[in-house]
Order: sequence, then structure tokens, then C-alpha cells
Amino acid sequence: MSISDTALRTIPNRLHSRGYRLIRSWEVLLLGVAILIFFANTQASPYFLDPWNLSDASFNFTEKAMIAFAMALLIITGEIDLSVAGIIALSSTAMGYALQLGAGTPTLVLIGLSVGVLCGAFNGVLITKMGLPSIVVTIGTMSLFRGIAYIVLGDQAFNGYPSDFSVFGRGYAFGVITWEIVIFVVLAIGFGVLLHLTNFGRKLYVIGNNPTAALFSGVKVQRTKMILFLLTGLMSGLAAVCLTSRLGSTRPSIALGWELEVVTMVVLGGISILGGSGTIVGVVIAALVMGMVTFGLGLLNVPGIVMSIFIGGLLIGVIALPRLIGLIAAQRKR
Amino acid sequence: MTLDNTKQPTAARGDTADLAPVLALRGITKTFPGVRALGGVDLALYPGQVTALVGENGAGKSTLVKVLTGIYRPDAGDIVIDDTPTQFQTATDASDAGVTAIHQETVLFDDLTVAENIFLGHAPRTRWGLIDWGTMRTQATEILTRIGANLDPDATLRELGIANKHLVAIARALSVQARVVVMDEPTAALSRAEIEELYDLVDRLKSEGKAILFISHKFDEIFRIADRYTVFRDGEMVGAGMIADITENKLVEMMVGRPVGQVFPTRSTNIGDEILRVAGYSHPTEFADINFGLRRGEILGFYGLVGAGRSEFMQALFGVTKPSKGAIKIDGKIAIIRSPNEAIEQGIVYVPEDRGKQGAITDLPIFQNVTLPSLGRISGNGFLKMAEEFSLARKYTERLDLRAAALDQNVGNLSGGNQQKVVIAKWLATLPKVIILDEPTKGIDVGSKAAVHEFMAELANEGLSVIMVSSEIPEILGMSDRVIVMREGRIVDEYDREGLTPEKLVRAAAGYEESA
Repeated sequence: MSISDTALRTIPNRLHSRGYRLIRSWEVLLLGVAILIFFANTQASPYFLDPWNLSDASFNFTEKAMIAFAMALLIITGEIDLSVAGIIALSSTAMGYALQLGAGTPTLVLIGLSVGVLCGAFNGVLITKMGLPSIVVTIGTMSLFRGIAYIVLGDQAFNGYPSDFSVFGRGYAFGVITWEIVIFVVLAIGFGVLLHLTNFGRKLYVIGNNPTAALFSGVKVQRTKMILFLLTGLMSGLAAVCLTSRLGSTRPSIALGWELEVVTMVVLGGISILGGSGTIVGVVIAALVMGMVTFGLGLLNVPGIVMSIFIGGLLIGVIALPRLIGLIAAQRKR
Repeated sequence: MTLDNTKQPTAARGDTADLAPVLALRGITKTFPGVRALGGVDLALYPGQVTALVGENGAGKSTLVKVLTGIYRPDAGDIVIDDTPTQFQTATDASDAGVTAIHQETVLFDDLTVAENIFLGHAPRTRWGLIDWGTMRTQATEILTRIGANLDPDATLRELGIANKHLVAIARALSVQARVVVMDEPTAALSRAEIEELYDLVDRLKSEGKAILFISHKFDEIFRIADRYTVFRDGEMVGAGMIADITENKLVEMMVGRPVGQVFPTRSTNIGDEILRVAGYSHPTEFADINFGLRRGEILGFYGLVGAGRSEFMQALFGVTKPSKGAIKIDGKIAIIRSPNEAIEQGIVYVPEDRGKQGAITDLPIFQNVTLPSLGRISGNGFLKMAEEFSLARKYTERLDLRAAALDQNVGNLSGGNQQKVVIAKWLATLPKVIILDEPTKGIDVGSKAAVHEFMAELANEGLSVIMVSSEIPEILGMSDRVIVMREGRIVDEYDREGLTPEKLVRAAAGYEESA
């Protein structure tokens, strides 16, 4: 096919400059919030800036963020997985069970990750092969997975993990930097590249925006979603390994309520809950914001329930702000 | 509210000189960020008359309908009802003033019954303030009978076809004692027989003294049912008058702002060897025993009534649905297509009829829409290459003369015709062998239509094979080298371009043996 180069006029690539788009972005707004909270924390407590304190504090977001990265991709395609905390419970229980049978650290890790992937596969098959809605399926498996953990454990706990297993949750890679921070950074970069620089990532946005048009454009919609459920399962398994390692024990109530904190992190990060938009950078900043808020309030001895009120308020506030500004602007125009 | 519409004035029809408009718009201006949708337009609607509003897509017709129905508030200008200037603050104000609209895709509720849809928001009440179901049903039946619709008031909307849904929308319009009825492309999704019924209904509404604003792209129907016309171009009113005083060509000239010459492009018929052969394609419910061949550089038209199974067959050919039987050969080799992905690999692409749902991804930028099916080819080991994406997108969008501010503009911000160009560009970028165009010019303006036709001819001249599904007879006759007619899921006839007449097509599609 010959293409004539004599077009009537040239359409520019971009409407706005890179700087303009950056300033208008959600991520910059969120970064502003993060910086504010950072300074508030330094004022609130003299212990906040201590590197070892900061390093310890990182545990309250790193494990959740691992899952949040995968969850972000899932939510971008218009699906959700609410069973992630249930997967952690089942995965941790499986590791504890294997421990009783004498498994060593490598086997434990392998089991933790595999159970995560299997749970993800179970969700994925129900959703992509049978066409059930993911919110319903994963509310079901949320109880199912944790229920199995309760049946196995009752009110018991698995203890006595080997000392070399504790490296994932408690070990330091170098200086004050924990292995969990290293994993967090590597995953942030990995997921960022996957979502923003590859064909696979582009197709997630397409599916989230218009699944029918995606199918009509040759995108393998169901297969892509299946991969994401497996990935979310794998990340939940990884979080289970890190958390179990850090706690040194498995109880059936492990990671209770995490699914909502993970979803909060994703949505706060600017991933549209309706699918189709958002970035990994946003999720990273959201993870830092949530970590700092929890840590800062902890230093001030604020009770946990007040923290959740604060996080909830923050979520609604940050989400509502741009909409509010838009409404006011629109009102003035009319 | 009572249903006594017969009291409406029906006099003064025909004699228009001293007729006062029911509703007039004066100097309506409406701007959106960066766009002036309406720049001081006037429009008058007279009792018992049909005013056709014509204009290309983007001329401001839809904005005007939204102003008229109270969805948008104009920046300037008056809405004058019975010589009293007024303002519609909300949609309720408009409906209280007797303005009602029947949209292209009707806005009714699938899970409610016919009666509930008709009376939603103004149902008759008992003295306890509860809905009076008995009266509602009786009144619904009464209105339905009056418009000649034989529908069960207790049937849910989901069970009805699009034509019957229109009837419900019209019944709704009558139930609120509308004085002004806005019809926004009401025939777009209707078959020929259904369109005839709609015309009868419009006549009935006229005789009841309603003022009707009729928006349409189809000239035959404008000349058939309208009494007056108003032409919009780029948000301005460029002409208005009586239909009897104007010709089709004049109207088109006014719309596009330039004289229109040959409607369909002439092209060198240089048809090559057979590229696609379909044998015995069948589906459990939608179509059966489809056999045909397609040659290089050929435009093959598929004509039929709505529901004849044309789109369903095309989607099976493209791998969206699975046929129960049948085989295809591409370039003489058996090809298996189980998904759109495999179809694209085999060089078959499909431009769907439902642009918004199946074609364009409206919230993503133009360039990402265009490159989507070609990503595998222009990326490096699965990694995106932005520069190549932009250049590929530019190459095809400029070839189609796309009108856009930038390639990273969201497709949803473009007009219908330009969205269609993006979808076509997307498929051309995959370098296909066969392109299936399903109602390629449905709902797009005259200018874009001509561009799509010209382009289709150009592609065929370059050796691309085109399958064009169309319900517009002039388009089928003007563009096709060969025409296949489908009826009730089967191929009933095949014609060469020579000697083909509209009558033959209509008869074959409807199944009449003799000319009706």
C-alpha cells in the first residue's frame, strides 16, 4: 500500500507540554500531600527522623504495597481481588503446616508462593472461564481461604520458624535498609515498567476502558485478566512469606482486613476504581503517605481506631478535592 | 394529569404566513471550554408542522436538543414559548413547558413495564398518594391504541424491539401532553417497514397539532415528512424555510458550505483473484449456510433488513462469535479463526457498527487507539516505542484527513465522523487483506461520509478487498461491485453492479415476489 506523504496539515503529537501535564497530574498533588505529612511528622515528634525508626516504620506499608502493585493492575482492567488477605492466611497456614512436617526455609518460601498462585488461579478460573463477577467471587473466596486456615488452626498458632526464615521480614540488606524495602523498590520499578512501558501494560488500560472494543481489537481479554489474578495471588503469597517471617508465627487471623487497606492504597494512588486509569508512581506515593500517617500517629500514641478514621478521611478528602475544584470551576462558568 | 389531547389547536395548518410558533429560540449561544457549540442560533417550531433540523456532525444539533430539553443552560439567548421569553433551568422545566424528546437510542428503562415507562414521573395516583395501577394501565392502553401500537402495557421493555421502544417513547411524549416533540434521528435503527410506521405516527402527531423537530441525516425522509427546514453549520444557523421551496442539492450545499458534485467516487474496476472463500458458514440461531467468494480489490456490498443476520455473520467471520459449521479459505489456504486476534493475523479486520461500544476506546488518546492492534509489530520485545507509535498513528490519521487538535487527544472528544476515521485508521495500520465495514457511514455527517466513500474506493483500487454491510440503498448501489442480499440469516440473492435497481434490492430483502 502506498501512503502519500502530502497531508493537508500536520496534527501535533501532544496537545500540552510535558511540564503542563505533570503539574496537572494526580501524582503531583499526592506528592504535595506526602511532603506536608512528612513535615507535620517532623514537627510532631523528634523521633520521626531517626533512620532506624523510619526503617522499622517501613514495615507497615511494604507488605501491603507488594499486593497493591498487582491489585492496581487488576483494578485498571476493571476487576478486583478482595481475597488477598484470605490468600495470606491460607498461604501462611500452609507454610506453618509444612514447617510441622519438617520443611526448611527454601521449601517454605516455595510453598508460600505456590499457594498464593493456586488461590489466584482458583479466582481467575471462576472469573474468566465462568464469567462470574470478580467482586462476588473474591468476597466468597475471601471467607473460603481464611476459613480453611481457621479449620486447620482453630485457636492454635504455628510457631518455631527457622532462624534463617526470618531474613525476609526482619533482615537488613545493607545499613538501615531492610530486605522488604529492597523488595518494595524492585517491585515498584518492575510493575512500573510493566504497566507503563510494555504492550501488556497498554492493553490493561484498553481493557479497563472498553472491554468489548478491546476484544474487537484482538486483545486477549480473558487471558490477560487470568494472568493478573495469578500475579495478584503470587504477590499475596510473597506478602505472606514476608509477614510470616516478620511475625515468626501463623495465626488464622493473620493480615485480617488487609484487603481494604490494599484497595485504599490503590485508590488513593489515583487508580480509578472504575478501571482504565492511574499509575504505579501514584500507588508508590500512596503507600508512603499511608505508611507515614500510621507511623506519625503511632509516635503520638494515637490509638489504632483513630488512625483508621484518619486514613478514611484522607482517602475521601484527597479523592473529593479535584472533583470539588472541578465543580466550583464549572459553577463559575455557568 | 388527564389525557385529553384533542383540545389542542389543530387549526391553521397549511397556511403558515400568520402562524405563530409554539416555541422559538432566539440568539441561543452555548460555549464549552475551547469550543463554541452554538453561536446565536434561531429556531422556530410551529404547531402541526414538522421542522427538519439538518447539519453535519458537530454543527451543534445535539447541543441544541440539550438546550431545548433543559439539559444545558445557554450562555445567552431566549427560549420563547407563546411569545413569553423563559428559561429552562432543569429538564423538569422543559417537560413542564411541554417539550419532550425521543432520542436516537431511546432513554427508557428495560426492566420496567410499558405502562411504567409511559407514566414514569407522572403516574396517576390514588387518593392515598399511591400509584393507581388500574387507571395507569387503562390510560396506557388508550394512548397505545391511539398511536396504533398493539403492545401489552404489562410487558417489560426488554422484551420489545427497538421500533416498539420508539412507540413507547412516543406514547410517553403523548402522555405528558407534549406540545413540542423532538425526534433525534428516530429512524437510525429501524427497518424499512418500521420507518413507514413511524412516518404514519408523525402524521398523526401533526394532525394533533404538535410541533415536531425532526433531526435526520437521511434526505429522503426529510423531504418525505418535513414541512420546514433549518440548517446549522459550525454552530450557526445558515438557512431556514419551507421544504417545498428547496432542492436536495441546495440543502447539502448549505450544510457543507460548498457545492457538492458527484456523490459517489468513480473508480477503476481492477478486480483480481479470489482472496477469501466462505463455505457453509452456519450459526445455531443467527445465520445459516453462507457461501460466497471475495476477490482482490473488490467492494462487496451486503444488503438486508435490520436483523437479517449480516452483522452476526461478519462478527463470526472476525472470530468474535463461533460458527457451528463452515470453513474459510484465505488465498486458497484453509484458515481457522477462533478469535479476533487470529482474524487480524490472517489479515481480516472488522469496523463494527456500534462505534462507541465496539470500535473506539473513547477515553484513550487517538494514537493509542490507532496503534492498538499493531503493537506487536511496532514494539521491541514487548516494550512500547512511543516515537514509532506516533509516526504510525500520524501516517494513517493524516491519510484519512482526521480533524483533531493533537494525537494525544481522547477519541471521545472527536465528532462521530472523526471517531470513525480513527477506527478505520486503526485497522488500515494492520495492513489487512480484507476489511469489513459494518454500516461505515451510519450517523456521520455528509462531509465525512463522502470522505469515507472516497477512501473506500481508493483502498479497493490499491488492491484491498472490502466487505461493506449497509442498509442505505444509495450507498450499496453507489459503492459495490457486487451485492449480496441476506434475509433471515440466509443469502437470498446476489447481483452484479450492472442493472441493479433499488426495487430489486428491496424486494429481495423483504421477500416480495412481485413489486409492491
